[in-house]
Amino acid sequence: MTSHTLSVLVENRAGVLSRVAGMFSRRGFNIESLAVGTCEEPGMSRITIVVNGDDAVVEQVMKQTNKIIDVIKVSDLTEHESVERELALIKVAAETGAARAEIMQIANIFRAQIVDVGTRTLVLQVAGDTDKIEALEKLLRQYGIKELVRTGKVALLRGSKTVKTSK
Amino acid sequence: MKTGARTLIEALQREGVDTIFGYPGGVVLPIYDELYDSSIRHILVRHEQAAAHAADGYARASGRVGVCLATSGPGACNLVTGIATAYMDSIPIVALTGQVPTALLGNDAFQESDITGITMPITKHNYLVKNAADIDRVVKEAFYIAGTGRPGPVLIDLPKDVSTGEVDEASSPPAAISLRGYQPTYEGHVRQIDKALDLIAEAERPLVYAGGGVILSGASAELREFIETAAIPVTTTLMGLGAIPGDHPLNLGMLGMHGTAAANFAVTECDLLVAIGVRFDDRVTGKIEAFAPNARIIHIDIDPAEIGKNKKVDLPIVGDVGRVLRAMLARMKKRGDTANWVNRTGTWKAQFPPAYRDDDRLRPQYIIQQLSDLMKGEGIVVSEVGQNQMWTALYYCFRKPRSWITSGGLGTMGYGFPAAIGAHFARPGETVVDVAGDGSFQMNIQELATVAHNNIPVKVVILNNMYLGMVRQWQELFYERRYAYTELSPVDFVKVANAYGVEGMRVEEKADVRGALETALSHDGPFVLDFRIEREENVFPMVPAGAAINEMIGVRNP
Repeated sequence: MTSHTLSVLVENRAGVLSRVAGMFSRRGFNIESLAVGTCEEPGMSRITIVVNGDDAVVEQVMKQTNKIIDVIKVSDLTEHESVERELALIKVAAETGAARAEIMQIANIFRAQIVDVGTRTLVLQVAGDTDKIEALEKLLRQYGIKELVRTGKVALLRGSKTVKTSK
Repeated sequence: MKTGARTLIEALQREGVDTIFGYPGGVVLPIYDELYDSSIRHILVRHEQAAAHAADGYARASGRVGVCLATSGPGACNLVTGIATAYMDSIPIVALTGQVPTALLGNDAFQESDITGITMPITKHNYLVKNAADIDRVVKEAFYIAGTGRPGPVLIDLPKDVSTGEVDEASSPPAAISLRGYQPTYEGHVRQIDKALDLIAEAERPLVYAGGGVILSGASAELREFIETAAIPVTTTLMGLGAIPGDHPLNLGMLGMHGTAAANFAVTECDLLVAIGVRFDDRVTGKIEAFAPNARIIHIDIDPAEIGKNKKVDLPIVGDVGRVLRAMLARMKKRGDTANWVNRTGTWKAQFPPAYRDDDRLRPQYIIQQLSDLMKGEGIVVSEVGQNQMWTALYYCFRKPRSWITSGGLGTMGYGFPAAIGAHFARPGETVVDVAGDGSFQMNIQELATVAHNNIPVKVVILNNMYLGMVRQWQELFYERRYAYTELSPVDFVKVANAYGVEGMRVEEKADVRGALETALSHDGPFVLDFRIEREENVFPMVPAGAAINEMIGVRNP
């Protein structure tokens, strides 16, 4: 069982996310993370899905996804060198001046940005791979995390290779 | 300017639609008004489920796309079972549904249901049309998607304001269909084909396992030439019956849970399994690890997602079954020596034919054999689901593709009668018989009104045991004969038929079977035969759930 990051190019139409997500739940495939947005091609969107499964399961996931009429192309980025990132916003308690200073130092080390300063809280924005975000979260827990939100993972192939049309 | 409804009817005509099975309602009034004086024939069913099944029966009998039409909300929801039935068996239908006006969508308006959402997992694709200007393109795409690649149902949901909306008189559908996400593979990969031919030439005990994909592809002639040229015995699935004549010397009959002993033994002993247009369904494989345990497997199918879905295969060939078989025939250089194996499978076939106690009681197997004898492989036999279906599969000799219509994947009781109506309109002039149980027939019995109203000469053969027979059989074998809610009250089906204006006859004696069948078949109109059969007759052979398919109950020497 390994995690696979799939890049799914779809028609940008009403219901397409529901078609993809519905097929996953219907066939019992587990989505670990999902991110969707428009992409470089007008009229298309790119969905990045992280699934967990052995090779046979992931092969089925890809084939079943590909069968959806509104799906243009499915690629498994795990097979290639790729850049994978997710983003988190973390609202952390910063009651004292000392805590505030420490948190800012940690943010600095993780190259996280302080995007909101309240009287009793700071909001950090961090981007990176899953490990980095989890490491930061772990460190900030001692100060008290008030709220945390993470995007799904997005990914691109390294180098000049791309995931483009033609199924 | 013309209305959306007029545009729709014209688009359907362009697709060659001659018959629509439907049921009117509020939001489809504009469509019905256009249909009223169009060249398209509309058959009014008495329940929308029957419209979907009739469209499906039409498609299976003709090979063309069947069409049904229902109103929004309850009408659309009643189509669902029929759409799911078509989806499971890869049958091309286009289901048209009315929808509340776009301004009311999502407001829980009267008779609103999210039918595109509901049918997403049971359609190949579906559309909610929001602009009348899109109708031409959507209809063209829908028929293309339904009928090509691995066929399947497509639903088009049409809000009332789209049907009444205005479309430029001069508008026309796009010249070409452009679906960048839908490009089926038709030609098999030549290198894979050559590798397959090598495996076939090397095999000592090869077996062809052929299914509904052969019928859908229209590849029966190719399959026959292939098995004859390579001298390979063949077994078919329930959906593949008729792909090879039932009395062909190489045909071992159906395999699986109620398969023949010869077919199931052959699967277990073969050293090469050539799977053609099949999907390794659990009713075929039994315990999957013990299915074809000694064989390498070649799998030919148009749907790449079927390859390796249930069973790991050694050599996949993705493509249209007919084209792949033609390529294989053209490239076949040598064939293996299969004489011993063909002999051996032939011995099983002779030794263990499907058998029953042929005494003086009225037994269903006898009725099916007599029907088979009278039909001589001509016409169309449709079935309901359960024991009636399995007895027909085992005891009727199908000689042609598309002469057998049944709900295989979904196993929909109530399918047969409306599907028979659809089959009649696809091939008028041919005899259409629905083999039913008393349980299944009562699930769409209201269609007696449809056959009476239109004088549709469908013959219904009810194998009446006053039980939900197949479930009762399982209760007998696996639940200590505790017949929990499977006993049905006696129904006088002749009186019911008569009440609708359909003729009927009750048969209680074996001696009367042939005469009764002859009367029904020669009758100029619909006819219902109520056969009061042995109540606790079972379907054998039978592979218990979870067992390997060579572990059959009820295999006995004749």
